[in-house]
Amino acid sequence: MEKLVEIRDLKTLFPILRGLFRQHVGDVRAVDGITLSIESKQWMGLVGESGCGKTTLGKTILRILKPTSGHIYLDISTQIKEEIDELEKTKPNSKAYKEIRAKYDLATFAGNKLKNLRKKMQLVYQDPFTSLDPRMKIKDTLLEPIAVHGLLKGQAAKERVGEVMEMVGLSQKQLPRYPHQFSGGQRQRIAIARALVTNPQFVVFDEPTSALDVSVQAQILILLEKLKQEHNLTYLYITHDLSVAETVCDSIAVMYLGKIVEMGNPSDIFKKPRHPYSRALVLSTPIADPTRKRGRLVLPGEVPSPANPPPGCRFHPRCDRATDECKTDEPPLLSEEGLRRVACFHPVE
Amino acid sequence: MQKLVEMKGVTVNFYTYEGVVQALNNLDLDIYQGETLGLVGETGCGKTMAALAILRLIIPPGKIDSGKIDYCTVGGQTIDLLSLTENEIRDIRGSQISMVFQEPSAALNPVYTIGDQITETIILHRNRELARNAQAKVDKLLAEDNNRLSILIRPLRLIQKSIYSTIANDPFAFAPKLVGRIPIVRRLLWRIDDEALLIASSLLKEVEIADPSRVLKQHPHQMSGGMKQRVVIAMALACCTRLLIADEPTTSLDVTIQAQILELIKKLKREIQTSILYITHDLAVAAEICDRVGVMYSGSICELAEVTEVYQKPLHPYTKALMAAVPKPGKELSAISGFVPDPLNLPPGCRFHPRCDAAKKVCREKQPALIEINPKHFVACHLFTGDELGKTS
Repeated sequence: MEKLVEIRDLKTLFPILRGLFRQHVGDVRAVDGITLSIESKQWMGLVGESGCGKTTLGKTILRILKPTSGHIYLDISTQIKEEIDELEKTKPNSKAYKEIRAKYDLATFAGNKLKNLRKKMQLVYQDPFTSLDPRMKIKDTLLEPIAVHGLLKGQAAKERVGEVMEMVGLSQKQLPRYPHQFSGGQRQRIAIARALVTNPQFVVFDEPTSALDVSVQAQILILLEKLKQEHNLTYLYITHDLSVAETVCDSIAVMYLGKIVEMGNPSDIFKKPRHPYSRALVLSTPIADPTRKRGRLVLPGEVPSPANPPPGCRFHPRCDRATDECKTDEPPLLSEEGLRRVACFHPVE
Repeated sequence: MQKLVEMKGVTVNFYTYEGVVQALNNLDLDIYQGETLGLVGETGCGKTMAALAILRLIIPPGKIDSGKIDYCTVGGQTIDLLSLTENEIRDIRGSQISMVFQEPSAALNPVYTIGDQITETIILHRNRELARNAQAKVDKLLAEDNNRLSILIRPLRLIQKSIYSTIANDPFAFAPKLVGRIPIVRRLLWRIDDEALLIASSLLKEVEIADPSRVLKQHPHQMSGGMKQRVVIAMALACCTRLLIADEPTTSLDVTIQAQILELIKKLKREIQTSILYITHDLAVAAEICDRVGVMYSGSICELAEVTEVYQKPLHPYTKALMAAVPKPGKELSAISGFVPDPLNLPPGCRFHPRCDAAKKVCREKQPALIEINPKHFVACHLFTGDELGKTS
């Protein structure tokens, strides 16, 4: 399948400035060298604990944040990507390299180019109670993206808004209402409608169901699946709920402290996790079945600060398989059979 | 097993400007000694209200309108928590029944150290014990030291001793109260604070905090979410709790930290033999930790049974629908049609009937009662009462 979104060696660092002269004393390494590709019409899950950089990665791909280094491509042919790679290796300071990057690499986009890009990629936030403007009617909230991008005018815009409302399972009669008149699930539907109103190709969901009940969560997940089929959408689904990721995603990436530690099909990752961290995550996830208990593994300690990550493998202080090698060298993300990729010197058999 | 708490027909109403909101509707619930009872349900179904009703912590405009909450005291007598005076219930709150709230960062006061906050409960409820220990220490010092310094501060120690013995006899006597109120003289009570800090540090060790003496001096913002939740659990356990109410204690935590906290709660339950009322909306967590599970919908229990029964043989249509909504790999997700009813405008009869596929005429008219269908399996649904009636008539 064709790769819709591809990121290469992406880094987003937040500088720590101290003292009178705002000296640069270090970085919070939120996203630290991630390579990831999302195929067209794929539902990609990104799981990890809070503070591991999931949201920062999502926002960087959408260029809400500017990456420190790395490449982001949306719907670009492999030829051009290779050309850029070639130029980066041979002449990283040449004019040709800068020109071709400015044309195709999202990481360098700015101004009008970035604005045009936003039509194609959208974001749905975690909390529907804060992501909608309480003083704007739903109608105005949904019309705003159309007006900003100048897509449609007058009656056509109104029709489009009505169409999107029905797409997410709400009625057109609800358009003149305010957000407080809706329940959490309905608000999340509105947030999804707002994301879809510009006809995007790629949508990032930042924990869209973590503030909702299970029954409403099921409704939203079914809706997302339906929309994906009907409109050929590609999703990046950020979540900390592994059972949701296991159920709905086509492929999963597990993140730990700004790095991807394991990637693969959900069934592979959940049945036979290879990285010790994904194994711990899988084993600590409770299952709604009192008889089928996965053997428990309680991970000691807490996630270290991304401002000062441990050297070598970032997981080694909490890992029971760590050796001296893990303390000094960083394990690369190596491909295994199929889509599976693991970054560990001593993967679980 | 003996019943620790027995709630009978508890009804809680909120009298708002828009109308009367019925938060709990004839709730019947038993909590046995030494068990973990889970309460699951969607947001707004009254799970937290049930817990707050036990502690009598419902704030106006809410009111407990009818019902009885029988509580079995340490001596074995049964008292009705709803008929106690405010002072009597305060003795029970925090000492015999305590609660762990959902958001640990909101449950801790940001301007006090952890040590101050844990010792507050201990000093309030275990004052006599602390005073006795402090008095013993002063006695020992008075008997032992005979150097010049100790002779100089001897009068001070004698005053301390007399205050501690007054507190040990009657914590609410006039003299210690007065001493406690005057800032400079309050320093005479420092040994009591010290004793409380000792207990606090042993509690922190019990909840597996590695460095209690450092944590006691810290403020809440210096700690992570998991650590804060451990501190809140330690506070709840400060006074030999008999019933621990845990209101979604792991909702705001990560899965790995959640696993740690769940293990901790299980371990503590084994060690101190307390009953736990575990409130959660996460059915997976309930499956993990509970012995019995009660499913709530719109202010009343619709199904109550042992955990394996509820998950494997759910009877109530709502429980079935809720189980089907839990994401499980390899299984189609199915959502419950419709929405949770507006609490101001509840449907008559069975509250689930507008969303229920099997609703009959009687469901629209009469509210079903909670009856025992199978041994230890209670269901409130007309589908089952109807069958029972059919057999008998």
